[in-house]
Amino acid sequence: MSILIDSSTKVLVQGLGKTGQFHTDKAIAYGTNMVGAVHPSRAGETFVFEGETDHSGVPGRPDTYRVELPVYATVKEAVAETGATVSVVYVPPAGAADAIMEAAAAGIELVIAITEGIPVADMIVAKRFLQGTDTRLVGPNCPGVITPGECKIGIMPGYIHQRGKIGVVSRSGTLTYEAVYQLTRLGLGQTTAVGIGGDPVNGTNFVDVLQMFEADPETEGVIMIGEIGGSAEEEAAEFVKTMSKPVAGFIAGTTAPPGKRMGHAGAIVSGGSGTAEAKIAAMKAAGIVVAETPSDMGEAMLRALGQS
Amino acid sequence: MKIHEYQAKELLAARGIAVPLGRPATSVDEAVAAVRPLVEQSGNPVVVVKAQIHAGGRGKGRFKENEEVRGVNVVTAGISGGIEAAEAEVRRLATEMLGNTLVTLQTGPEGKTVNRLYVEQGIDIARELYLAVLLDRARSRNIVMASTEGGMEIEKVAEETPEKILRKEIDPAFGLLGFQAHELAVDLGLTGDAAASFAKFVRALAEAAMELDTDLIEINPLVVTGDGKVMALDAKMAIDDNALFRHPDIAAMRDETEEDPSEVRAKNAGLNYIKLDGTIGCLVNGAGLAMATMDTIKHVGGEPANFLDVGGGATADQVATGFEIITSDPNVKGIFVNIFGGIMRCDVIATGIVEAVKRVGLQVPLVVRLEGTNVDEGRRILAESGLDVVPADSLRDGAEKILELTK
Repeated sequence: MSILIDSSTKVLVQGLGKTGQFHTDKAIAYGTNMVGAVHPSRAGETFVFEGETDHSGVPGRPDTYRVELPVYATVKEAVAETGATVSVVYVPPAGAADAIMEAAAAGIELVIAITEGIPVADMIVAKRFLQGTDTRLVGPNCPGVITPGECKIGIMPGYIHQRGKIGVVSRSGTLTYEAVYQLTRLGLGQTTAVGIGGDPVNGTNFVDVLQMFEADPETEGVIMIGEIGGSAEEEAAEFVKTMSKPVAGFIAGTTAPPGKRMGHAGAIVSGGSGTAEAKIAAMKAAGIVVAETPSDMGEAMLRALGQS
Repeated sequence: MKIHEYQAKELLAARGIAVPLGRPATSVDEAVAAVRPLVEQSGNPVVVVKAQIHAGGRGKGRFKENEEVRGVNVVTAGISGGIEAAEAEVRRLATEMLGNTLVTLQTGPEGKTVNRLYVEQGIDIARELYLAVLLDRARSRNIVMASTEGGMEIEKVAEETPEKILRKEIDPAFGLLGFQAHELAVDLGLTGDAAASFAKFVRALAEAAMELDTDLIEINPLVVTGDGKVMALDAKMAIDDNALFRHPDIAAMRDETEEDPSEVRAKNAGLNYIKLDGTIGCLVNGAGLAMATMDTIKHVGGEPANFLDVGGGATADQVATGFEIITSDPNVKGIFVNIFGGIMRCDVIATGIVEAVKRVGLQVPLVVRLEGTNVDEGRRILAESGLDVVPADSLRDGAEKILELTK
């Protein structure tokens, strides 16, 4: 088991520009079941992706791939033709919120929005729109979701992941890779790694993902990686108190000055709220093993599991 | 992006939101020339001269060069002496303010140079309130925040008397509804004309927040005038950077003199740089990892000199610009490069670092930690470059090495 996505997931890509094409190719090489693309100006065309798979040489897995991806004008049409239930959004910022809403209206169950730089006002409207639907949004401004060995949706490097029993949830991109890499090196594989994104208005939050990991029989422990700004980590800590599984964590931004946005639109300490200190304190109070430095994230997970 | 008070008021006035009459001035003569039309139009001989800087606390702020002059000065000379007396006093104040350094609680002790003034009509104030529209992240919606404690720092009010802060959520599908505005008016103790005037004001403000893509609009104080009108005496506004593409008029309001020159240069090169006070420069890919790198430097006993995220696809050019910006800070004694090559290959990054170092001619120690795709090739390129690059095995190892080298 895993959460959100697995080898049977049929995936649609929205926005087949340079970035969308690049990561679609990487996803297919990883083994993701990409079934179609939505890109109005190229509707009717077919994109061919081919090359050597990431698991070339592994017994029982194909060495090469060749996928002819049909391009549709609308998500509605793509869903009708392909039966896709998940979409990944690479649409540029100005049209990204609309793309999210289009996917929801077309009945897509899970929308993973990679796009960075979507206006907050657009995301406020998109979240309001999603309220009336059964669609789950992950992101925006996130690396995506990966279930190692089965399905990779997003921009994370596939090879650092390894199948296992740890759930990963994070607001950051490269910092997540750092955590996953440490886990893998310590022999702690992952069930699913979810990047929830660095924007102030996002879809899925820590609590949603923690709930899914708690319910997933294969996941035995969870690591959550947060950063300054907002109160999502504090809310997550409250939820962790009710969890049966061990949780480790890390918060980036202890040294960030107040009032400055640290790269991510949502990473800002304003009016004394959203500080790393407050988040770390809340997490420790909930029994989360908090890594002191980002170099110790894997070790913290081992400690939480009682293996160190 | 922050804009000046006078710019915010222009944007609000264009949406029918009540603000005092005023004129911006970048010279003493312009400030003096503003007095007569203001007095004649408003019928009030009192004018106010306000420094325009991107920092709050101006009312209580004082100038370094002349402690008697404040960031906001009420000129009453016109009451007995007529327009000429008001003009003379404005001339004296503008001379003391323009080009001089204003120190407020928010500028820090070094203060900020005042390049612009705003000359405004005097207002007969009966009550001061607080009003703001800002994002409630937990609810993913904008809220209106209001308080009877106008003119005070809202963080202080929130801490000491949280019950005095009123909130209304704005549903993006409907905007702020009439009854919500009315409830706020009642809870603020407003009646009659003032209540009606307030309700109109707050609904227009909520709409402006959506239309203008603001991160924050803060009206502190919002005043009720002697004749029961509601008006924005001050206005602070920050616009969502991600939405500037659809507001070219607002983007043109950017005042780069208010920003750190290094940060401006970084932004223009597509880099995300924030200057800090320490001695160890860092260059990292990814915002979360960049913050974590700063934290690690601090943890091992050092002080980071900056935050610098070169993004997911940094070029040799960008890395070189990054090095130039970092080393333009005289406090920097060494640089720590921390790259987790995901999609980005380490050999490409390594080549970029070598090119950049050759171009910039680094004079300080450089520690590089590379991890991820093609890492062996990347490390080989660095080792064979002949450059004095100290390799590191992990984030912590790198932080410790650069600390040792800069001691």
